Amino acid sequence: MSPPSRRDVLLGTAFVLMGDAASKAGVLRGQLPWSANAGSPPQPITESGWLFFNPDEAAAVEAIADRIIPPDASTPGGKEAGCAVYIDRQLIGPFGSSAGLYTSAPFVTGTPQQGAQSPDPPAVVYRKSLAALDRQCRAQTGKPFAQLSSEQQDPLLSGLESGSLQLEGANGKAFFEMLLKNMQEGFFADPIYGGNKDMCGWKMIGYPGAHYDYRDWVGRHNERYPHPPVSIAGRPEWTPKRT
Amino acid sequence: MTTKLPAKDAVIIGLGWTGSILAHELTEAGLDVIAIERGPWRNTATDFAPNYAQDELRYRIRHELFLQPAQTTFTFRNKMDQNALPIRNWGAFMPPNGVGGGGVHWNAETWRFLPSDFVLRTHLTQRYGAKFLPQDMSIQDWGVTYDELEPHYDRFEYLCGTSGTAGNLNGQIQPGGNPFEGPRSRPYPTPAQQQPFSHALFGKAAAELGYKPFPQPSGNLSQAYTNPLNVRMGPCTYCGFCEWFGCGNYSKASPQTTLLPVLMRKANFEARDLCEVTRINTDSSGKRATGVTFVDASGNEYEQPADLVILSAFTIFNVQLLLLSKIGTPYDPLSNKGVIGRNFTHQTISDVESFFDKSKFNFNPFIASGAIGMCIDEFNGDNFDHGPHGFVGGGYMGQVQTNGRPIQTAPIPPGTPRWGAKWKDAVRDNYLSALKPGTGVHGSMYSYRDVYVDLDPTYRDRFDRPLARITMDFHDNEIKQNAFLTDKFAEIFRAMGAQQVHKIYRKAPYDVTEYQTTHLCGGAVMGTDPKTSAVNRFSQSWDVPNLFVTGASNFPQNAGYNPTGTLAALAFWSAQAIRSRYLRNPGPLVPA
Repeated sequence: MSPPSRRDVLLGTAFVLMGDAASKAGVLRGQLPWSANAGSPPQPITESGWLFFNPDEAAAVEAIADRIIPPDASTPGGKEAGCAVYIDRQLIGPFGSSAGLYTSAPFVTGTPQQGAQSPDPPAVVYRKSLAALDRQCRAQTGKPFAQLSSEQQDPLLSGLESGSLQLEGANGKAFFEMLLKNMQEGFFADPIYGGNKDMCGWKMIGYPGAHYDYRDWVGRHNERYPHPPVSIAGRPEWTPKRT
Repeated sequence: MTTKLPAKDAVIIGLGWTGSILAHELTEAGLDVIAIERGPWRNTATDFAPNYAQDELRYRIRHELFLQPAQTTFTFRNKMDQNALPIRNWGAFMPPNGVGGGGVHWNAETWRFLPSDFVLRTHLTQRYGAKFLPQDMSIQDWGVTYDELEPHYDRFEYLCGTSGTAGNLNGQIQPGGNPFEGPRSRPYPTPAQQQPFSHALFGKAAAELGYKPFPQPSGNLSQAYTNPLNVRMGPCTYCGFCEWFGCGNYSKASPQTTLLPVLMRKANFEARDLCEVTRINTDSSGKRATGVTFVDASGNEYEQPADLVILSAFTIFNVQLLLLSKIGTPYDPLSNKGVIGRNFTHQTISDVESFFDKSKFNFNPFIASGAIGMCIDEFNGDNFDHGPHGFVGGGYMGQVQTNGRPIQTAPIPPGTPRWGAKWKDAVRDNYLSALKPGTGVHGSMYSYRDVYVDLDPTYRDRFDRPLARITMDFHDNEIKQNAFLTDKFAEIFRAMGAQQVHKIYRKAPYDVTEYQTTHLCGGAVMGTDPKTSAVNRFSQSWDVPNLFVTGASNFPQNAGYNPTGTLAALAFWSAQAIRSRYLRNPGPLVPA
């Protein structure tokens, strides 16, 4: 048997990437393809500690979550809302490894309009950047980011945002943009993904969530929609714990 | 090893809107047809069931229904002297994947182009003189007129059940419709959708300013509808999950909800999913297509011989496959010769965010549909005198906000910090009383000598083929157009009572990271001259007469509307020419 050609290798890896439940090509003929109970519902996260972050990283990300989305009298902050848990689960999933994205070399820095060109997937970005941030905090104050006061933390985050604070071995500005986006995703995505605990993000703004039918409401102009939000997984009161 | 399959009368590359239309028409003519689709079979019950379709993270942020860049992507640069780099994650546009194509996840705005759009160069030259056009602007007439396309627009709208208010019925201007539209032979099949508060308020303010607002024509239906193929659709529920999402409710027009239930049951049709066509084969003369070669998801290669080839993939993949198959002369911007890749365009989009007193305004922005909204057309195409303004083109504008999905749609007043307590307060205070139309100004993008598609010299796809390379930037004409339109748009929000209006102009350089619609157009354009067009007025290749290329890649430049109505009308128009003329006498339908 001859060794695989470059093309075979390319095909092999590419088809693994494409793979999902339906990755077998087929001939469709005579009727609409149909199988009973077929579906692809989302996978809710499981509740069992940190799957990606180590304890230091988890502490830092929870601290950052509470600075980006601080708690206040009426709405929890990012930490209690589960934003760090959301990011943890995203980083062990396809997002963390840039699955499905174009990751072929060469990686060349271009213009901002050409988009990100880093070979590092988000999981690597978080790992490198959080380590560098804590290293720099310890060097300056003797404490990691999570143990600083909020008055100390905010200028650090602002420094990352503006680019005035450089991280050693990581792009702090790009990391901050990713953090900001991911925190807001965690706060506003369906709670099945680990954030937006008890739909707190949706309650804060008055968004009804995965609501399906507003035909009764489309003509009711300038009236506040009165019903509480609903998740893809329903509402807590719909599935009371059995005793 | 390549497996050679039994020959078919016709092979269709890509089973989206135009592929489905051609498949339906050719099978009606009795042809034995196969369609080959790169992505998976998709259906409502399995892939976008209503109990989990409303998931902003999964579909909008993580792009589940789209092509994955790992499968293939493009490289991009603004200028010819730059190094193009790969688009590693989608941004400015979202290439579709799978049966139904973009029809699965579009917003279903179902527009017709203006009569003058089809004779653009002639019209503008007659009205303003040739010198009024920028020298490097390469716009041209389509070779087909609005009047010729009207019956085909009508067929598509009745296939889809489009909801709208006619503005011009057989030349008679109708109250409540778009008075600028070309004459239509009959009303829309269903009445316009109901308008939520902000959309209705925009219409009222626009009317008070002297404009003629009208409801956006919508493929999300105002009521249940049975189309001429006896396929039934349900009424839209205004759930606010259209674009980027599949409709769980059979309410959004798509190949799935209008055509496929009939097409799939025909004995003379079959489809293969998860199979990618890698080239169109030609005989030794290069003047006749012999079929296609494709690879299935397990890596097996097949040859599918066919007498007729329909290339109906997404815009830029049509162009790429022509280049890879060495059909037609590749466009060269330096010599200004060649046609494949020429006159590539997108859309000139901008937005206005406006902030209202929350004690007086509650918009419930989540109550919407993908094609909801009130629009005005006073500043589209050549509906106004461009003479004093020094640019050509235009677009419709409207409060067309499709959703209140909070990851993407939580507007905060300009100057608010992007995080922290002030950000949180601003989001809380403004969510229900701020407006963000999204694609509020929907401007044309005309074609230019240095905006084009060719093959990248460096980056390759999973089959080791060169990626398509996009060279694109905004030109001054479009920047001026956008500034003029955005200012007019903002005035209407002020008239609605907004306390603060934030204009977000479109500016150069073109940014591939920022979503600007998926309306890529051109690259295999139609026309009357083989020196400046890839296909004739029936979408038939000038070089290979048994090859037809469909879709927005035919547009010689892009108008100030969403493209689907027009590309579908062109598909019906092309199918009619194939059925009534080509099949009787296969060969060029227009002498070269």
